[in-house]
Amino acid sequence: MQRIGVFICWCGSNIAATVDVERVAAAIKAEPGVVFSADYQYMCSENGQQLIKNAIKEHSLTGVVIGSCSPRMHEATFRKAAASAGLNPYMVEIANLREQCSWIHKEKEEATEKALVLVRTAIAKVRLNAPLTEGESPVIKRALVIGGGIAGIQAALDIAEAGYPVDIVEKNATIGGRMAQLDKTFPTLDCSACILTPKMVDCAQNEKIDILSYSEVEDVKGFVGNFTVKIRRKARYVDETKCTGCKICMTKCPSKKGLDEFNMKLNTRTAIHIPFAQAIPNVAVIDPEQCIKLKTGKCGICQKFCGAGAIDYTMKDSFVERQYGAIVVATGFKPINIDAFNEYGYNDNADVVTSLELERLMNAAGPTNGVLLRPSDKTHPKVITFIQCVGSRDVSGCGKPYCSKICCMYTAKHAMLIREKYPDTEVHVFYIDVRTPGKNYDEFYRRAVEQYDVDYIKGMVGKVYNENGKLMVQGSDLLNNEQIVIPSDLVVLATAIEPEPSVRKIATLLTASIDTNNFLNESHPKLRPVESPTAGVFLAGVCQGPKDIPETVSQASACAAKVIGLLAKDKLKTNPCVAHPNEMMCNGCSQCADVCAYGAITYVDKEFRLGGGKTEVRRVASVNPAVCQGCGACTVTCPSGAMDLSGFSSKQIMSEVEAICKK
Amino acid sequence: MNKQDILDNIKLLSGTDVKKCMKCGKCSGRCPAFKDMDIKPHQFVNYLAEGKLDKLMESKAFWSCLSCMACVERCPRDVAPQGVIEAVRATFVGMQNNNGIKAEDIPPMIDETVPQQLLVSAYRKYNK
Repeated sequence: MQRIGVFICWCGSNIAATVDVERVAAAIKAEPGVVFSADYQYMCSENGQQLIKNAIKEHSLTGVVIGSCSPRMHEATFRKAAASAGLNPYMVEIANLREQCSWIHKEKEEATEKALVLVRTAIAKVRLNAPLTEGESPVIKRALVIGGGIAGIQAALDIAEAGYPVDIVEKNATIGGRMAQLDKTFPTLDCSACILTPKMVDCAQNEKIDILSYSEVEDVKGFVGNFTVKIRRKARYVDETKCTGCKICMTKCPSKKGLDEFNMKLNTRTAIHIPFAQAIPNVAVIDPEQCIKLKTGKCGICQKFCGAGAIDYTMKDSFVERQYGAIVVATGFKPINIDAFNEYGYNDNADVVTSLELERLMNAAGPTNGVLLRPSDKTHPKVITFIQCVGSRDVSGCGKPYCSKICCMYTAKHAMLIREKYPDTEVHVFYIDVRTPGKNYDEFYRRAVEQYDVDYIKGMVGKVYNENGKLMVQGSDLLNNEQIVIPSDLVVLATAIEPEPSVRKIATLLTASIDTNNFLNESHPKLRPVESPTAGVFLAGVCQGPKDIPETVSQASACAAKVIGLLAKDKLKTNPCVAHPNEMMCNGCSQCADVCAYGAITYVDKEFRLGGGKTEVRRVASVNPAVCQGCGACTVTCPSGAMDLSGFSSKQIMSEVEAICKK
Repeated sequence: MNKQDILDNIKLLSGTDVKKCMKCGKCSGRCPAFKDMDIKPHQFVNYLAEGKLDKLMESKAFWSCLSCMACVERCPRDVAPQGVIEAVRATFVGMQNNNGIKAEDIPPMIDETVPQQLLVSAYRKYNK
C-alpha cells in the first residue's frame, strides 16, 4: 500500500478564491492510503517545496499528489523537489486545480466538489504508479536554421560564434529575406542593405555555417538532440560550385519578361538571374517557367556564354539528409493578398501600391534607381496619401484580426523620407490609431508630424477612385466630423503581414504547435517565448508573431542562446514514460508500427519456450525507448492490448476514470 | 418602455454588437449620403454604444440613409452601422403610433422605372 501525501496549493487567490482549499485538504485525509495532507499559499515557492520535502521524509511518503496549476507549468518543479527528498520523481502526480477547475468555474461550491474529484483521481493514479528511471540520449552538435532572413542569419551567426556548425536552409535563391528588400530602417533611418549585407557575407565566410539556398525541408524525423532532416535541393540549373557570379548570362539571356520578385514584380528580369547584386550565394538561378531552353529545348545561349561551364539544363532536384541536435524556425512573413479590398483600387490602378512596393520604388537598387516615380507614367507624385491598417485589425474575414505592429512605424518612415527628399510633396496619412511603443519610436512618429509637416488624419478611407488621372481618396476625418476627398498622385497601402504560408508544412513536419493565424506557438507566452512546445524546436522572427527588426534580432539571439545551451550538453535525459509491449500477448500484427509517428516501433523474431522442451519463434513488437515520445497512439491501436505506456498504463487510466465516475 | 429598454431593443434590432467598433470611421468615409446626414454613420454606432438615445431620436439622418450597405460591406469589425441606423429608424417609426407606410401598400405605388435597389430598401424600411 502506498503512503500518499496530498498538497493543495492556493496559487495566491487563483485557486483559493474559487476552491475551498482547506476543505479539500481536510476531506482528502479520509481517502485510503493518504497519510498526510496540507494546503499552502504558494506550493511552488521555496517554503512550499520545503513543506513537500519535509512531509516526504517525516511521513515516509511513497507517493505525492499536488493539487495546483497545470502540469505543464510546474510538474518539473515538484518532481525535482520530490527527487531531492529521496522519492522517485515519477511518483508525483498533479491534479490540475487551476486551468481545469478554478479558472473556468464561478461557483465555489461546485468548483470545490470538482477539485475533490480531481484530487481523488490523481490519488487513484498514484496508487498504481511505479518508480521510473530516465534514460539518456546523445546530442548531435549541429543546428538547423530554417529560413535565411535576418532572424535566421542572426541565429546562425550566434550559434556558429559558440563553435557549433549550423546549416541555413533557405527556399529562395539567396539569403537576406524581407530585410534585403527594405530601403531604410526605423527609427535611425540607416540603410537596410548597409547593415544586412555584411551579416550575409559573414554567414557565407563563416566556416561553421553552411548555406543551403534554393532548398526546402522535406522531412523531419527524430527528437530533441537527434533530428534527421531530409532537405530538397531544388534544381537551379546552375552549378553552385562553378558559377562565379559574373552575370554574363544575364546580359545574353533572350527571355527577359519574367517579373522580378525581388522588386515586388515592379520590373522585369531575365530567366537566368541573380536575385539582387549582393545576393549570397552570388550564384545565378534559372526560372524553369520562363527559360526557353527548358520549355522548348531550343536556346542554350547562357550555356554557350558561361565561361565557368556552370549551366546544366539536366539538373534535377536532389536530396540531402543531415542530422541535427536543434532546429530554429525563422520562416518570416509576406504581405497579405489584398484582392478582397477592392475599395482601395489596388488591382485597377498602377499608382496604388503596397508599402513593400514603395520600399522598392524608393530603394537605390530598385526599379527606379531610388528616384520616386509613380508606376503609371514615371512622373514625380506631388500628393501622396498613405492608408494604414489595410487588412490589419480586421475581423470581417477579408483581413487579419491582429495588429501587424510594424506599419505605423514604417508609414511614418516613408512619410518622413519623402518629405525630406522631395519637400514639395504633400503627404497625408489616414490612421485609426498610431501605435508606436518602443525606444525612440513615438519621438520618431512625432518628428514626422512636427518637423516634416506630414498631415495625419484620424479616420479611415472608404474608397479610392480614378477621376481624370487623379486618385481620389475619400475618407472620414473624424476629428472634424467631415468626409474628405484628397486628389492624390500615389496611394500607399500599409498592408497587413502574415506568416510565410510554407510555415504550415514545416510546423506539421516538426509537430510544432501553430495558431489559427499560422503563427507558431511559443511554449509560454511570457517565460518561454522562443521555445516551441516541441522540445528542440526554437522560434525566431515573424513566424512567432508580428515584430520589427530590433525585436527579431533579439529573439534570434535568444534562440541561439537556447540552442547553444542544448548543444553544449553531451547527453539528454529521456522521458521514461514510453511504450513497451507485453510480448506474450503481441500477435505481431504491425498496427502499432503503422500508427507510430516517430518510427519508434520495429518488429523482431524472438524465440519463446512453450514448455516440454519445445520452443517457438514469433514476430513481436520492439520499442526504441530513445525514439518513443510516449504519445500512446500504439496502446490504443493494439488489438490484443499488448502495448502499454509506462507512467500512463491502461490500468492507471481506468482507475482514474473509475475515481471520476464514483459518487 | 423606459429608455434602457428602448436602447436594448435598438441593439437587438440592429443585429450587431456596437462594442466591436474600433472607431476607425471607415463607414463615414465610404457613406455616399454623408453630406445629407446631420449625424454620421459612425455617430449612430457611437451614440448607441454610449446610450445617448436622445441624440439618436432627434436625428433626421436615418431618413437620409440609402440602405446601400456600403458601410456594412466595408466595416472591418463586422459592426454593420446600417443595421443600427435601420434599427433606430424602425424604433422611431414604432414610437409614432404606427403612422408609417404599410408594406402591402407599396406594390400599387411601384413605378417601373424605380431601381430595384430602392425597392428592396423601401421594403426593408417599412416592413417592420
